Amino acid sequence: MSMLHLVNKSPYENSNLKTATSIMNDGDTLLLIEDAVVSAVKAGKASAMLDGCKVSVLGPDLAARGISEDKLVDGIDVVDYTGFVDLVESNDKVQSWL
Amino acid sequence: MSQTKKFMYINRKAPYGTIYAWEALEVVLIGAAFEQDVSVTFMDDGVYQLVKGQDTSGIGMKNFSPTYAALGDFEITKIYVEQESLEERGLTLDDLQHLVWEDEDEDYAEKDSIRLVSRAELGSVLAEQDVLFNF
Repeated sequence: MSMLHLVNKSPYENSNLKTATSIMNDGDTLLLIEDAVVSAVKAGKASAMLDGCKVSVLGPDLAARGISEDKLVDGIDVVDYTGFVDLVESNDKVQSWL
Repeated sequence: MSQTKKFMYINRKAPYGTIYAWEALEVVLIGAAFEQDVSVTFMDDGVYQLVKGQDTSGIGMKNFSPTYAALGDFEITKIYVEQESLEERGLTLDDLQHLVWEDEDEDYAEKDSIRLVSRAELGSVLAEQDVLFNF
């Protein structure tokens, strides 16, 4: 059973990212969308929470916030809306940490 | 007679995920029209509002970030950015828009609007204000 974990709020504003990353199982994927995309910036303190997790981030939300891909944590997967749908389809369940 | 008061608008949220940043900007411009002594603070996730190179074409929302460059024309010349908030997020002043205003007393010389302040310094600036608006 694989699960897609969705986080949409900034890790500097609430603890949703911390909860999601600490509860994730092997084989699960984390998708960062909306304000949560700032979590993926390598130089930011919150990026440490992503260690050991398989992480995707929504490209259009990065671009809207002026974050270029070279600023991101290594090994992170930048996806578009089609990639978002693919992730939903390829996982058994979706958990939104609202 | 009306009296000029020191108004400060405090921005603490990232843009686009919620409507706060845009609404704050609108209120700031309205406040400026009433000829008050207006200053604007960006701290916590609010610092993301000033990040340059924003492109919202992929999310179907208006990119309102160019409007920050117009604040100087509305005589809003004091824009405080908190240093600790930038550092925690891996940002530097170079990641932000370069905001300026023209000083008509000095032959319209361009001056920097952004004042990088520590949390302690910001505390002192807050204490000087008459009215605080939070977004």
